[in-house]
Amino acid sequence: MASITFREVQGESLKYWALLGGIGVFVVFGLLAYLYMHHHGHVVTGMNNQIVWGIPHVFAVFLIVAASGALNVASIASVFNKPMYKPLAPLSAILALALMAGGLLVLVLDLGRSDRLIVAMTHFNFMSMFTWNVFLYSGFFGLVGIYLWTMLDRNVKSYSKAAGTAAFIWRLILTTGTGSLFGFLIARALYGTSMLAPMFIIMSFAYGLAIYLLVLMAAYAWTGRELGDAVLMRLKSLLAVFVAAVLYFVVVYHLTNLYFAKMGGVEAFILLNGDIYPMLFWVGQILLGGVAPLLILLTGLGKQRAWIVAACLLIVVGGVTQMYVTIIGAQAWPLDMFPAMKVSSTFYDGVINSYTPSVPEWFLGLGGLAIALLMTTFAVKVLRLLPESLDDATVAKLEH
Amino acid sequence: MSEMNQMPASADRRRFIGAASVTVAGLTIAPGVMLYEVAHGKAEADAVTSKVRWGMLVDSTKCATGCDDCVTACSTENGWEPVAESKHPTQAPQWIRKLELQDPLTQVTTNLPMMCQHCAEPPCVDVCPTGASFKRADGIVLVDRHICIGCRYCMMACPYKARSLVHEPLNDTQKPDVPRGVGCVESCTFCVQKVDRGDGTTACVEACTAAGHNALLFGDMNDPESEIAKQLRAMPTKQVRADLNLNLGVRYHGI
Amino acid sequence: MRHRLGRLFLLLSALFAFIGFTPVYAGAPKAVIEEPVKGERCVEDEDYMRRNHMELLKHHRDETVHAGVRTKKYSLKECINCHAGKQTGSVTAAKENFCVSCHSYAAVKIDCFDCHSSKPQASAMKHPLTAEGAHLNHQMATQRGGNVSVQDLAGVAK
Repeated sequence: MASITFREVQGESLKYWALLGGIGVFVVFGLLAYLYMHHHGHVVTGMNNQIVWGIPHVFAVFLIVAASGALNVASIASVFNKPMYKPLAPLSAILALALMAGGLLVLVLDLGRSDRLIVAMTHFNFMSMFTWNVFLYSGFFGLVGIYLWTMLDRNVKSYSKAAGTAAFIWRLILTTGTGSLFGFLIARALYGTSMLAPMFIIMSFAYGLAIYLLVLMAAYAWTGRELGDAVLMRLKSLLAVFVAAVLYFVVVYHLTNLYFAKMGGVEAFILLNGDIYPMLFWVGQILLGGVAPLLILLTGLGKQRAWIVAACLLIVVGGVTQMYVTIIGAQAWPLDMFPAMKVSSTFYDGVINSYTPSVPEWFLGLGGLAIALLMTTFAVKVLRLLPESLDDATVAKLEH
Repeated sequence: MSEMNQMPASADRRRFIGAASVTVAGLTIAPGVMLYEVAHGKAEADAVTSKVRWGMLVDSTKCATGCDDCVTACSTENGWEPVAESKHPTQAPQWIRKLELQDPLTQVTTNLPMMCQHCAEPPCVDVCPTGASFKRADGIVLVDRHICIGCRYCMMACPYKARSLVHEPLNDTQKPDVPRGVGCVESCTFCVQKVDRGDGTTACVEACTAAGHNALLFGDMNDPESEIAKQLRAMPTKQVRADLNLNLGVRYHGI
Repeated sequence: MRHRLGRLFLLLSALFAFIGFTPVYAGAPKAVIEEPVKGERCVEDEDYMRRNHMELLKHHRDETVHAGVRTKKYSLKECINCHAGKQTGSVTAAKENFCVSCHSYAAVKIDCFDCHSSKPQASAMKHPLTAEGAHLNHQMATQRGGNVSVQDLAGVAK
């Protein structure tokens, strides 16, 4: 890449410090929320014995899935040898690391006994996906870290393809594992299906690229560097493909469920008449997260930057909504211990479980996102992650 | 024996001490096995083995609507707050609860207590990242709260909603025999503190029997001569969600 | 050079003398540990217990929880039965109570009592007809002198 010069962001302007400060406020609130929850116990949250995993998990899983997908651009460069993507690779790697760190932090800080993290790292049960996750996530940091090093240090540049391939395979395993967290649970009506693992993979492609595009466009717009249409149009078309693929998986998942009489109840709950879930599903996940972005990205609107930003934001919102429906919707539907019988008890059996997220949970979740953005904003200042210019002329030289 | 260390001054004292020592020694038949222990009790120092498999039989035909003697007995024995008294009922732990089932076609109702089913193939044990959720050799599924990190994955995995998270600090209200704490997950333990002492029963079964309902029976399913084994052979029983093939320690008659 | 060394030596001696004789240093507060209420002798020697009680607790807890081994010698409940404070009836309630006195002095946080009761099984004594109470009665009887009455035996047999 002799023709591409990478340069740190100067990061001395008032706007830069204001950005850091603004993100930092969310980080501080996230920390305060954690301290509050840890001190008083989970009684101060909206989570209970019926809705066991809540908003923190929605954010954590979203960030972890997006982290895996954010590495895609770098993988396309190194593993699939597309020269145009090579200058985009370092940002992709750092974003993957940052999003993963943010997601993991939220997950770990929500534990009932977060002071026992050492126990989690020294006691293993290899039948448990969570134990595998300890190794998958640590390995992800290690491999992507090495991969980033091969991109930044000229002495080890020749190992870039090997490192990139290893990171690519590792992250596919990792995201399969994240989907299988839910796919391996036989107890809940909406889980216990092998569809969830590949669905999470394809969701990671979409969310990761959407966040990458947002960060890329913001970074170049706010530093006054040029980002040409060649790069942007290629990425946005790819994003459209990923969003369409997500919609495909969602359709197949629900259509299959609808064919089974025993799934009629829970499917009606999600799609038709259950609490807030039909609205979240149809408006949030399908319309805003799928159809609208596709309409933008595949038509003339997609040629305008502002619309691309809008599409990416919609995909992110749709993604968080999809996580909410997947994680919380599945818990809201009661366990079917006695099929075809009406059940009632003092322990909220047989009833739709309601969930109102509490303020600390929101701050904890947003704090994770903030940490990821803070890390990225800082990294582009101290490392040479962003090319000086990605205008069409520079990029065209790469192709030849 | 500390009595042996002292040199008795008189013959009377010698005789007294001798008789006392013999009495106490006579209580010991063999090391660790004391005369006064119940037939099925194990010695303190012995580890549990899989020779025993603890199980429970619920006769739901004898279980009455509105009766919750088993629930009250459990909360008293194990020290958890009855849900009716809790300030946060959706977050209150419930180790056992009464379920009322109604057939939508006929409106016929059935009552039964639901608690941890002590599966032989527990999904909660499979998913626990630290191994805190585990199955003891004698079949009792427990949470080792020393290594529970409170991730609640076992709560997601349990098909019977048996597990509860302790949402708030308990402020030293725990029973000495039943340690439980904030941030850790818990569920029915088949009154393991009673079982290990040799009581041979659980608090819920004791209460149900004492009240005369006789809907619950606890015992060693591996012992063909035990009451529970005989009853399981005498009447048809089912497992809740038998389709999951978890080989439960709790069997129901009348569902 | 010799003058310099000499002066340095003098300075250092003065400093050490000052430290050595300062009341603040000499009178460092020690932990006030309550004597146990019951029982004559602890599980092991005091020195051994001070250094190794955490190891005993940690290894035996696994045996107890996972294998159901409930010997009295290393049982936490038995520690509490003897060491619970006279006034508070607990090992953690007041700052001179047994566990908390040393642990707050050494600033080593323990989370045993997040889950474990810090009080002995006194409540069982009030209900001798429960299995728990009967067992405790028997235990106290054997500790008293070794002559167990028939009534005591009948009280515990099921």
